[in-house]
Amino acid sequence: MSMSATTAGRTPSAAAREARGGGVLPWLAVPALLSFVAFAVVPLIGVLLLSFTSWDTLGDIRLSGLDSWWDVLTDPGLPHALWVTFLVTAASWAVQTPASILIGVFLAGRQRYRELLAVLYFIPLLLSSAAIAIAFKALLDPNFGLGAGLHLDLLNQDWLGEPVLAFSVVIFVVSWQFIPFHSLLYQGGVRQIPRSMYEAAALDGAGRVRTFFSITLPQLKYTIITSSTLMIVGSLTFFDLIFVLTAGGPGDATRVLAVDMYKRGFQANLMGAACVIGVILVLLGLALALLLRRLGGRDPGASQLEGA
Amino acid sequence: MDSRATSRRTFLGLSMGLPLTAAMAACGTSGPARPGGGTGAGGGGGGAKATYWFLSGPPGEAVRTAAVERFNKADPNSGIELTAVQNDAYKTKIKTAIGAGQAPTIIWGWGGGGLRSYVRAGQVEDLTSWFDQNAAVKDRLFPGAFGAATIGGKIYAMPCETVQPIVLFYNKKVFEKVGVQPPQSYGDILDLVKKFNAAGVAPFSLGGQSRWTNMMWLEFLFDRIGGSEVFQAVFDGEKDAWNHPASIEALTRMQELIQADGFVKGFSSVTADSNADQALLYTGKAAMMLHGSWSYGIQQAQGGDFVSGGGLGWMNFPPVDGGKGDPSDTVGNPGQYLSISSKATPEEKEIAKRFFTTGVLDDQEQKEWIDTGGVPIVKGSDGLFAGSEDAEFLNFIYGVAGNAKVFAQSWDQALSPTAAEVLLDNIAKLFQLSISPQQFATNMNAVIGQ
Repeated sequence: MSMSATTAGRTPSAAAREARGGGVLPWLAVPALLSFVAFAVVPLIGVLLLSFTSWDTLGDIRLSGLDSWWDVLTDPGLPHALWVTFLVTAASWAVQTPASILIGVFLAGRQRYRELLAVLYFIPLLLSSAAIAIAFKALLDPNFGLGAGLHLDLLNQDWLGEPVLAFSVVIFVVSWQFIPFHSLLYQGGVRQIPRSMYEAAALDGAGRVRTFFSITLPQLKYTIITSSTLMIVGSLTFFDLIFVLTAGGPGDATRVLAVDMYKRGFQANLMGAACVIGVILVLLGLALALLLRRLGGRDPGASQLEGA
Repeated sequence: MDSRATSRRTFLGLSMGLPLTAAMAACGTSGPARPGGGTGAGGGGGGAKATYWFLSGPPGEAVRTAAVERFNKADPNSGIELTAVQNDAYKTKIKTAIGAGQAPTIIWGWGGGGLRSYVRAGQVEDLTSWFDQNAAVKDRLFPGAFGAATIGGKIYAMPCETVQPIVLFYNKKVFEKVGVQPPQSYGDILDLVKKFNAAGVAPFSLGGQSRWTNMMWLEFLFDRIGGSEVFQAVFDGEKDAWNHPASIEALTRMQELIQADGFVKGFSSVTADSNADQALLYTGKAAMMLHGSWSYGIQQAQGGDFVSGGGLGWMNFPPVDGGKGDPSDTVGNPGQYLSISSKATPEEKEIAKRFFTTGVLDDQEQKEWIDTGGVPIVKGSDGLFAGSEDAEFLNFIYGVAGNAKVFAQSWDQALSPTAAEVLLDNIAKLFQLSISPQQFATNMNAVIGQ
């Protein structure tokens, strides 16, 4: 998001100054850098150090070398949690992206009713994840929930008790909560596409579908990358909603890495092992983020507006 | 380019958000500072305050608060400052505070494995000699309550509050409608399961998502089939204790009951925190429910006239045919526990001990617990039941607690937090039928003694 904005908004002189690497701009990064060091680098180093110890949060922190790493890496729970995390990430991306693009394109229209709908769509984003999870849990209760209330047998499923259903519920609720945010990104992205392109396409006789695939979608490339990065890195660390909704259950069907980490650290009192998972999460997040940058193309500075 | 670096930094920040929160949480919840630390130099103990953290929420919070207020009034020179913490947050918060050396003077808890981890870390006072000197304090309480307070032969906590055995509750109206009698044996239970299913009523309610609810079933099946020594061997850290034939049999029977549709459909989606499991019983959607004795108060409060109209029945878990366990045995919470922080000042410890002697479970507190439907762990507290509208239930609980040959502590409380988490995890899988009894035993054997 920040990237496409800066690329589009940068004046030639600012770009020139940046290229020279001088001027006042580096100073502007100092506050961000300080808080980044204080709240991200320092705790990260702490987490890394703790991963080589065993600590039950009560007694002394004992150095234990690679014991915690060995325990976690040989635990069959780890590949399972990785797999579930991957599934959650992939499925929520696959559900959210098309839906967000379509809604975003729709909301980019300037009609009055669309503006109103845009406000309504935005509501889920304003609610806290824990509140959403509690509300859905109540609605999905097999005996006293929505199905029982409306006497609809179709809704009377063991929603959180069957592994596949519980997983689908998690994806549904996550999407319900975050599609509005990503639609907003796409709405902004679509509105930045110059009108002239559409006018030219209309003159060439392109229909709506053709226009969407030939102009709107390619022009949204960087918005898609931004939104996907946020989605993927975000779902990697997804915790609160899953923890309240299923607590990783049934069994361990929805136990993503973040939930696994919490359970090991704060419920089983194995801080060393929890920190190992924390480190794995960081590495995964970094790797994925870098990978997505690569997918963005070799030359991110290239204009999106060629021919406009 | 700068923009690239900036966004990479954003990714870093995003990907590190979680471990960061974890690390921050460890220092964030230190709680109120100990007021006792700042005072003291002046008045020779005058004005010293002990601190006391406990669980919030009805009905316990009001009773606990009132007991401390009475104590403070009677002892105006010193006193106890209270902090009530919500149930789920409490375990984490108290642990963090103790680990950070910020523990309150009086630590409220469940005894057992949690207490043992405090003892191992040297964080709580050994009260053995104090109890020897103040035998009257000890002798008025249920002897069974001291088991979970005793680690390695030494007493580290003062038992308090109420005894809470697990009880088999049933809905008398549903039994009447279907025309059946309460079970006398586990065989009867299996018959009832068929009859209730045929009548379209769920035989047992179960809040399976909460996991410890499932555990209560295993606790009774293990005891009734193999006797209390089967789990005792696990608790004592004997190698491969879960492989005991009685253990495998109990686990197998458990899965058979699940396969026979013994529990309400979708039980894995039902949570105990929302009391949905108890609602199933009092609304007549389920016929029976195995639950802690505290459920009585909840059903009374939420079930309309269900309890007052005589709809609720209760009994101890019946024997399993051919089982070795004593049918009088029970399991649950033999009491709640108060420990003294070893980091407290001598004045603070003195106040805490005075509170244990004169404040804890005074007559008024006993009466208030009885009003909530609880049985105080004081010998002869049944003398106060007369006149209570819940006298029948209270006498039953008093009898179960008093007559139990073995009053075992709930497994998840008895084991260390590490082993308890593995236990609950495997219980959930066992109830999902995703692991076999032998796999359960193998997984659990791996954490014995941890």
